[in-house]
Amino acid sequence: MSMLHWAIISPFLLAIFVPFLYKYVRPIHTGLFILPLPIILFIYFIQYISITEKYGTQIETVPWIPSLGLDFTAYVDGLGLLFALLITGIGSLVILYSVYYLSKEKEKLHHFYVYLLLFMGAMLGVVLSDNLMVLYLFWELTSLSSFLLIGYWNERERSRYGAQKSMLITIFGGLALLGGFLLLSVMGGTYSIRELAAQSSELAGHSLFVPALLLILLGAFTKSAQFPFYIWLPDAMEAPTPVSAYLHSATMVKAGIYLVARLTPIFAVSPLWIWLVGGIGILTLFWASFHAPRQTDLKGILAYSTVSQLGLIMSLLGVGALSFHYDTIDDNIYIIATVAAVFHLINHATFKGSLFMVVGIVDHETGTRDVRRLGGLMTVMPITFTVALIGALSMAGMPPFNGFLSKEMFFTAMVRVLQADIFSLDTWGILFPVIAWIASVFTFLYSFLLLGRTFFGSYQPEQLPKKPHEAPLGMLIAPVVLALLVIVFGLFPNMLSHTLIAPAADAILTGPFRTEGSALHISHWHGWTIELWMTIGVIVLGTMLYKTFPRWKSLYQKFPKRLSLNHLYDRMVDGMERGSYTLTESYMTGYIRTYFMYILSAFIALLAFSILVKGKWHISTDHLAPVGAHELVLSLIIIAGTITTIMAKSRLTAIIALGSVGYTVTLFFVLFRAPDLALTQLVIETISVSLFLLCFYHLPQLSRHEKGIRFRLGNALISIGVGVIVSLIALLSYSQKNFDTIAQYYVENTYEKAAGKNMVNVILVDFRGFDTMFEICVLGIAALGIYVMVKLRMSKGEK
Amino acid sequence: MTVIFNIALVILSIAMFCFLYRVVKGPSVADRVIALDAMGICLAGIVAIFSIILETSEFLEVILLIGILAFLGTVAFAKFLQKGVVIERERDR
Repeated sequence: MSMLHWAIISPFLLAIFVPFLYKYVRPIHTGLFILPLPIILFIYFIQYISITEKYGTQIETVPWIPSLGLDFTAYVDGLGLLFALLITGIGSLVILYSVYYLSKEKEKLHHFYVYLLLFMGAMLGVVLSDNLMVLYLFWELTSLSSFLLIGYWNERERSRYGAQKSMLITIFGGLALLGGFLLLSVMGGTYSIRELAAQSSELAGHSLFVPALLLILLGAFTKSAQFPFYIWLPDAMEAPTPVSAYLHSATMVKAGIYLVARLTPIFAVSPLWIWLVGGIGILTLFWASFHAPRQTDLKGILAYSTVSQLGLIMSLLGVGALSFHYDTIDDNIYIIATVAAVFHLINHATFKGSLFMVVGIVDHETGTRDVRRLGGLMTVMPITFTVALIGALSMAGMPPFNGFLSKEMFFTAMVRVLQADIFSLDTWGILFPVIAWIASVFTFLYSFLLLGRTFFGSYQPEQLPKKPHEAPLGMLIAPVVLALLVIVFGLFPNMLSHTLIAPAADAILTGPFRTEGSALHISHWHGWTIELWMTIGVIVLGTMLYKTFPRWKSLYQKFPKRLSLNHLYDRMVDGMERGSYTLTESYMTGYIRTYFMYILSAFIALLAFSILVKGKWHISTDHLAPVGAHELVLSLIIIAGTITTIMAKSRLTAIIALGSVGYTVTLFFVLFRAPDLALTQLVIETISVSLFLLCFYHLPQLSRHEKGIRFRLGNALISIGVGVIVSLIALLSYSQKNFDTIAQYYVENTYEKAAGKNMVNVILVDFRGFDTMFEICVLGIAALGIYVMVKLRMSKGEK
Repeated sequence: MTVIFNIALVILSIAMFCFLYRVVKGPSVADRVIALDAMGICLAGIVAIFSIILETSEFLEVILLIGILAFLGTVAFAKFLQKGVVIERERDR
């Protein structure tokens, strides 16, 4: 176990102690005990920058199940480190924020911090694992802990609904992911992502390549809330705001992004990957940004905006994968897409985290998140407003904040798709910049709506549940820090470019930055390029839309609710529930008769099918014995008895006919020289007939209708079928005797070795006495059972 | 010789059929019980002749067993007809 492993495991270890801290140290807010851990981890991970900025990596392996090739391999490169810093950095801020957000008295803090620590550890595990299976393990842990966090206020119905929905969707994706991982490891013969990436060119031709690609993308898209799986994220907003800020803006939803970025070296060779990642990303970007302005809940707006920004990053990763198809490193114009993706990833984490915290403050201080009741909070909450202003402007892509830079790079990348001449991008590629531009207009619109409807406008204190005032200082620290980062990264982007962005992009694209002269420089001013004009267009059109929003927002009502994806999901869950209920009802009738029909029909069908398939129809009569008159007569008697049993009008007749069958069997035993069997059969038949008579005698008088069995065609067909099949199989198997019996051994050794002359008895108690012992057991159990059933009668009241 | 035994078998079978007729037809239950008893004894005779045909002494126990069972069965039935139960319970329970 290296330090790196301890770093990943430490949140889990701390989680064990949280309940004790909560229980025994009540005066101090439990969050304060948690806070040092992410800070220490953050500082620890910062030290790795010195390794990764020179494009170095560190790898540590601890064997877990070596015989299955499962090693807990921690692998730090630019990409993993970037995510680890985001997780620990924003994690520290979120925990600090939650200390002031969650009340020490009212909330179950020990639950909260256990879940949060579980999540943090799982997320670190996801981004730092090299082994696919270990990655999957941590992946599911994030789903699980996120489920717990969304349902934190589990007494609320909406929380439970949201938790269940996110669980169903992300676990569905997670299982698909597992399938994809397994296919991938089957193709490559290893679980290590690095080793798989090294043989990507061989994998591409494999027949399992496309299924693996699709399954893995399914997992990534569900986790990262891409179209059409984004629907869980708006419902996950029922979680406490620190959770929303942490999980549903900065970390968990980026696990899918991470996965796509991590596996780009393996799959980028496929056009399918580029089209799916790029296309779904841009579709999500547009769809969610289009739907964000209609939300009236502040967290709803932020949820949709998160979805759309994730779509943006995803589409950039898709376009970035194009760079694998153009060899020239120096003027490879698609590298910028990956750089933009990484940059926007950082930017989004900062401004969205701060915005969520701002919304939490507004909620906390006014008692509502409904934009229709809020307004004019600018003068009441000046600091919160400033933070929100910075965050929203950055989200809208305004200079001089960091969102502007990554949006410019996004436009650049999208415009450059037009230059691609492969995978029919030259015809359909035009969609990318156009949709991107429209989506940016909507992004601008909802950012300003968020700001305008909360902080500007008329101040209506009578509408608010609480008297609003500025948040306490402690609550403001985290959002202010994030807002400062937004400004710092906006003004000095090159602080990041060499330390974090270039190593991460380098890890995604497997090494374009390692060569000399491919330095990365992010600057505000590109000259009068097409991107700048696009941004100006966004501002102009976005402002116009914002000004006229009250006039055209009724357009959203035109969108039919029945066609929304949420409605579809609810219908699907509901329909599956009802469908499976109907299905179960339809075949589980509760009648033993029906189940017997199923069993016997299956019996007939399976045996008939296997006879037909095998096709061994040969029935030989070579070793059949001659039929004598005695056997014939006895057979006729037994047939007559059987028919009487079935056709009898009264049950008494049936019992006696059954007895006659039994006694005739005794005669058969006599005829076929089996004295012991004959003896036993006689006694047993007598006893069982008298037991039948006992049962008959105790039948209730009312239901003792002496009518005979009703004829049913289905029953007749099935019983005839079973008879025919069994007879056929007996005949066929008797015709194909391959070996002699082993009976000769018993004949020779019954007296020689076992000192007995009765061979049947010697076999029963000597050669194969084990069976006899357990038959005795069976009889003992039966006797005890009957005794218990007769004796232990519960009266009606007892249970 | 075998012919004679077979004739005996046929005669016993006919006798069985006659008793069977009584079992099916017999107006009272007592008729049926007597007929079943006689059928059991007939069966013992058939087994005896079979063991002569098969030239073995292994089936003599079967004959004895049929005798006991027929007796027990008839007694049980007779008691049932007379008292309504086969095994009486102790009075004071």
